[in-house]
Amino acid sequence: MAKIQIITIAANVLFVFYISRLIIKGRLREEYAIVWVICTAVLMLFSFWRNGLEVMARITGVYEAPNLVFTGFIFAILIYLLHLSVVASKLHNDNKKLAQEISLLKERFEKHLNNNKKPL
Amino acid sequence: MPGKVLIVIPCYNEEASLPDVLCELQQTTLPGGYQMEVLVVNDCSKDNTSAVAKKSQAAVINLPVNLGIGGAVQTGILYARDNGFDIAIQLDGDGQHPPKELAKLVAFHLETGANVVIGSRFLEKKGFQSSFARRMGIRYFHWVNRLMTGLQIYDSTSGFRLFDRAAIEIAAVNYPDEYPEPESLVVFSKAGLNIAEVAVLMSPRLGGTSSIRHFGSLYYCIKVSLAMLFSFIRKP
Repeated sequence: MAKIQIITIAANVLFVFYISRLIIKGRLREEYAIVWVICTAVLMLFSFWRNGLEVMARITGVYEAPNLVFTGFIFAILIYLLHLSVVASKLHNDNKKLAQEISLLKERFEKHLNNNKKPL
Repeated sequence: MPGKVLIVIPCYNEEASLPDVLCELQQTTLPGGYQMEVLVVNDCSKDNTSAVAKKSQAAVINLPVNLGIGGAVQTGILYARDNGFDIAIQLDGDGQHPPKELAKLVAFHLETGANVVIGSRFLEKKGFQSSFARRMGIRYFHWVNRLMTGLQIYDSTSGFRLFDRAAIEIAAVNYPDEYPEPESLVVFSKAGLNIAEVAVLMSPRLGGTSSIRHFGSLYYCIKVSLAMLFSFIRKP
């Protein structure tokens, strides 16, 4: 096994370990972790299977194998960024609704308090 | 039975102009025997807007985070819906919309039964007309709106608006956050509401600054055009 393989496999194992820790501590929700787990799985696959990249490049008709890596990863990153924008938009909407509900409730509550004070 | 009208005043840092607006509102009466209540929606202002508003008779809602003009107006619309108001009228807190012009909106609504009545600066070309660049922008939105809704609305960016019960129900669920005026017309028109314009006199703002300046204008045009297009495509 080549040195670079050992390094990437070690890095991958550490990465998986870190993701698991984040999930266990409740700092990362499982639905967002899926993407990261799949990424590490792919990296792991190519760490063990050294010729894999060449084979994949030949199948897809890419001349330089590293270009396949760049294309694949940039595409994956773009999709994930889009997903994060969707998540942010949803959070934005939920946040707006919550702020509106809270302010309306507060207004009603203060009015109620003031009305109950008067008879005293 | 006389109906209830809610005047919604969305405010962001309007402590300078708000007292005059509120004072004028107290001396205003509406046609049709409508009872009027005033609601100030303080959009997380950094100045004393909330304290200034609380000195008056008006109800005050303080948003815990800044939601932008659309979110603030929608909060007022939700208040109107939940408290059984028949009409909600948006009136800006910067003094651009003189309260004595409210009667024109209400009278026009009573006369025509339109669901949304927009107070327009341009129908009679009197009073404050805004700068040249802004008028160009407003004319552009006139055409975009005409293309998408078939309506002849000359002042589609005007925030001086009356919503009847049907419009309140729709805006409570679907009202854009940022720069909502032109886009919401597409939403209302797709929902089958009648939108009409009536001539009003507007004044230059008494205090504060416009939310749309410099490069913001370009962003405004692009963002609103896109939003209108998607509102147009979206199923109601």
